[in-house]
Amino acid sequence: MQPRDDSRGKQMHPDDNGAVSRVLFAPLLICAALLLLSPAAAFSQAKNTCIACHSQLDDPLHVNPDEYAAGIHAQKGITCVSCHGGDPTADDMDKAMSKAAGFKGKPERKAIPAFCAKCHADSAYMRGFDPSLRTDQLAQYLTSVHGKMLAKGDDKVAVCVDCHGVHDIMPPNDPRAHVYPTNVATTCSRCHADAAYMKPYKIPTDQFALYNSSVHHAALIDRGDLSAPTCTTCHGSHGAAPPGVKSVVNVCSTCHVFQAQLFDSSPHKEAFDSLGFPGCITCHSNHGIQHPTDAMIGTGDGAVCLKCHSAGDPGFEAAGAMHDQLVNLDSTIARSDAILNRAELYGMEVAQPKLQLADARDDLMKARVAIHSVQTAQVDVDVQASMKVAQQTYQAGLAALAERSYRRKGLFVSLGISLLVLIGIAFLIRKLETPSHE
Amino acid sequence: MGTASNLRNWLDERFGWDQIVTFVRHKTVPQHRFSYFYFLGGMTLFLFGIQVVTGILLLLYYRPSPDGAFESVQYIMTQVRFGWLIRSIHAWGANVMILTAIAHMFSVFFLKSYRKPRELTWLSGMILLFLVLGFGFSGYLLPWNTLSVSATKVGTDITGQVPLMGHWLLIFLRGGEDVTGATLTRFFGIHVAILPGLATMLIGLHLWLVQRFGMSVPPKIDAEWTANPAKVHEVRFFPNFFLRELMAWYVALAILGTLAAFKPWELGAKADLFASAPAGIRPEWYFMFMFQTLKLLPSKFLAIPGDVLGILAFGLAAAVWTLLPFFDQGKQGRGSRWVAGAGVFALMYVVGMTVYAYLAK
Amino acid sequence: MQKSNSNDPSKPERRGFLETFLGISVVASLISFLYPVLRYVIPPKQAELGSDLVLAGHVGDLKPNTGKIFPFGSRPALLILTSDGNYHALSAVCTHLGCTVQYRSDLREVWCACHNGTYDVDGRNISGPPPRPLESFGVMLKGDEIYVQRQRNA
Repeated sequence: MQPRDDSRGKQMHPDDNGAVSRVLFAPLLICAALLLLSPAAAFSQAKNTCIACHSQLDDPLHVNPDEYAAGIHAQKGITCVSCHGGDPTADDMDKAMSKAAGFKGKPERKAIPAFCAKCHADSAYMRGFDPSLRTDQLAQYLTSVHGKMLAKGDDKVAVCVDCHGVHDIMPPNDPRAHVYPTNVATTCSRCHADAAYMKPYKIPTDQFALYNSSVHHAALIDRGDLSAPTCTTCHGSHGAAPPGVKSVVNVCSTCHVFQAQLFDSSPHKEAFDSLGFPGCITCHSNHGIQHPTDAMIGTGDGAVCLKCHSAGDPGFEAAGAMHDQLVNLDSTIARSDAILNRAELYGMEVAQPKLQLADARDDLMKARVAIHSVQTAQVDVDVQASMKVAQQTYQAGLAALAERSYRRKGLFVSLGISLLVLIGIAFLIRKLETPSHE
Repeated sequence: MGTASNLRNWLDERFGWDQIVTFVRHKTVPQHRFSYFYFLGGMTLFLFGIQVVTGILLLLYYRPSPDGAFESVQYIMTQVRFGWLIRSIHAWGANVMILTAIAHMFSVFFLKSYRKPRELTWLSGMILLFLVLGFGFSGYLLPWNTLSVSATKVGTDITGQVPLMGHWLLIFLRGGEDVTGATLTRFFGIHVAILPGLATMLIGLHLWLVQRFGMSVPPKIDAEWTANPAKVHEVRFFPNFFLRELMAWYVALAILGTLAAFKPWELGAKADLFASAPAGIRPEWYFMFMFQTLKLLPSKFLAIPGDVLGILAFGLAAAVWTLLPFFDQGKQGRGSRWVAGAGVFALMYVVGMTVYAYLAK
Repeated sequence: MQKSNSNDPSKPERRGFLETFLGISVVASLISFLYPVLRYVIPPKQAELGSDLVLAGHVGDLKPNTGKIFPFGSRPALLILTSDGNYHALSAVCTHLGCTVQYRSDLREVWCACHNGTYDVDGRNISGPPPRPLESFGVMLKGDEIYVQRQRNA
C-alpha cells in the first residue's frame, strides 16, 4: 500500500519518438521498481530531514528517532508529513516547514480527535492495514466525558495523543504501548492523580492510589494476569465515563457472574435501587477493592452490613448468622489442616487428605460467594458440603495419628523383645566364658 | 538323637557337612584391643542381607516406569500394610550399610589387614565398596521424586566429564542424552540384577578368602604376641564370637526399626522432567566430599577444566587406594608410616569435606 | 559340647532356664520380624491402577449433554457426554486461578464460575480469563465401564 505522501517517479514525455522511449525504458523500469519498493524503504532509506533536525532539538521540539521508527505509524510507512505536512527532503528549515510544502505544524488540541479520525474513522482506508481494526473511536469519544467537555471548549481533557502518545504510538497489544493493559492506569493517572490539574473538575484524585492497593492491580501487575480489570475495563476507553449507578453490577458481572446473579435475586437489589445505591461498590468500593474477609460480613468490627443494618432488624440477624456460618467452617477446616500438618510432621503420609481439604476450601469459597444472596439457607448448602469434607479429612488426620501410635507401640514391643534377646545372649556368653568351678 | 544324627549323615554324604562343621568349630578369632573392629565386616554383610530381603519385598509392589514409580512407592508407603516399614528400613539400611562398609574399609586399612597374603581380599573388598556406592546411586533414582532426578542429573553430568570415555559413559548410564524414563529402566536393571549378581560373586570370593586366611592380626599386636606368646589370646568363632556378633546384629536391626518408625523415609514430590532443577540440590552424604571438592576447584587450571581435574584426581586416588597392597609390601618402618599417614589424611579429608559441605550450605 | 555338671545342684535349673528364656525370646523376636513381612506380602484390598488410569463411571451414569466431576489422582476431572454420543474427559482445574470448572448443558461449553471463563468440550479456552486450555484425557470404554487415562507424554 503506498503512502499518500509519495511524490517520486519520473515523468515520460508523451510526444517522444520511439527512440527516446527505448533508451529510457530500462531506467524507467528501474525507477518503477524503486517506486514500488519505496514504501518499504520510506522511513529507513528515504531522506527525512524532519527527524534529522528534531532528534537534535530539546523538548518540546524533541523527537526520539528510535521511538519514532519503532512506532506503528512509521512501521506502516506513515511518516512526519502524513500529519504535519512539509518537505522531508529539504535541508533548509524554512523550505522544509513552508506553507508551500504543505506544512501544517502542530495541530491544535481541540482538533486532534477529528484529525486522527481522518484516517482512523475511514474503514475503507483502515481495512488496507488491518481489517479487524475498529473505526468507531471518534464516535465513542464524542459520547465520553472527555469528548463532551472538549466539545464545550475545554482542551485540558484527554485527547488521542494524551493516552496513545504522539511520536511513540504502539499498537494497544504491544507491551510498550501506553495503553497496554498494564500501563493503562499509569496513563490515566497522569491527569487523574494530579490534584492541581484536576482542581476545576471537583472529582477525587485518589483513584490511582486506591487502585494500586487493590486486588485487581495485584492480579494485573504482580501476577501478570491480563484478564484483570484496569481503568478502561470498567470505564471504557474511547467512550470513557463512569458507569451509572444502575450499571455497576453489570460491569462487575462480566467476570463476577455468580455474585451478580445472586445479588440481583436478593432483597438487596430492590433496596439498593430504591435508595439509589450502586450494587457491588457499596460494600466492596470501586477503586481500592481489597480481598474480602469474613470480617466484612456480620455485625462485628469492620462489617459492611453495619452501614445500613442495626440490632433488631432481620438483616442484622441474617448478617450475624452468615458470619457465624463462615467463621465456623473456616475454623473446622483449620482444625483439619492442623491435625494433618501434625501427622505430616510425624512422618505420616497425608498427602491425599491434604488435597481433599482443598475441596473443602473450594466449597468455603463457594459459601463466601453465596452470601451475596443474603439467605442463610443458600449459604448453608455450600457450608454443609464443605463441613462434610473437612470432617472426613479430620478423621483421616486422627487415623494417621493413631497409626503413628500403633507404629511406636509395635516398635517398643519389638525393641523390648530384642532387649530380652540381648540380655539372654549376654548371660549366655558370660556363662560360657566364666571358668566353671572344677 | 537318632533323627539328628541321621540328618547329619544325610547332609554329610551330599555336602560334606562334617567338614564344614569341623572348620567352623575350629575357627578362632584373635582377641586384642582392636578386636571390636572385626565386627564391621560381618555387620556390613548382615546389612546387605537386610537390603536384599527388603529389596525383594519392595519388588513385589514397585513399578520401574516414570508413570508408575512414584505412585507405586506412594502405594507402598500408604496402602500396603507395613510398607512404610519395609521401605524405610531399605532406605535407612542403605545409608547405614554404606557407613559400615566405609568404616570396615578404613579399619582394615589402619589395622593393615590388606598385606600379603590378603591382597585379593582387599581388592575384592574395594570393588565391593564401589559396587555398594553404585547400589546407592542407582537406588536413589528409583522413587522418581524431584530429589532423585536432580541428583541423578548432577551425578551423571559429572561422569560425563571423564576424559575420553565420559560422554559414552553418560549415554550408557542415562540410556540417552538426558535423564528420562529410559534412565529409570536402566538404573532399575542395574540395581536389582547387575549389581546384585556382581556383588554376590564378589562377596562369595571375599568371604572365602577371609576363611582361607583367617582373621588378620595387626602388626603391632603381632609383634607383641611374638615377643610374649603368653599374651596370645584367641576366642572360638562359634559360639563366642558369633554370639557377640549376633548381639550387634540385633542392635543394628533395632536401630533400623527405630529410624523407620520415628523418621520414615519421605516420599517427596513426583519428578517433573521439564521443571528446572530445585535450588540447592546435592548428592547423598557419601558423595558429598567429592561434590564439595569439585565445587571448590577453579573452573580452569592450565587449560584443563577444574571438574575434569577433580575427577582425574579422585580416579587416581581410588586407583592407588585399591592397589594399596601392592604399594605397601609389609615392611615396617618409614614406608609403612607414610601409608598410615596418607590414610589419616584421606580419612580427615573425607570427613572434613563432608562436614564442610553441610555447614557451607 | 556341654560342660560337665558342676557340684552345684542349683546350676542345672539355671542352665535350663537361660536356654529356655533365650530360645523363647529369640523365637519371639523372629515372630516380631516376620509378622510385618507376612502382612506386607498380602496385597491390600484396593489394588492400584496407577495415577494415569482411573475408573470414571459407568455407561448410563451420564445423560447426553451432561457432565460430572470425578477424582483423577488427586485433582478433580470432568467427564462429559455430548449429545452426539462422545465422551470427553478434561482436567477440571481452571487454568486461571484453579477453581473447579463445570459443564454447562445450556451453553454446551465448560464454564468456570469464578471469573466467567469458558472452554469448549475439547478443553480449548474460548473466552474470559483462562490463559491456557484444560488438559485433555483419553477415554476408554471397557464393557460398561468408562476409564479415563492421562495421555502419554515423552
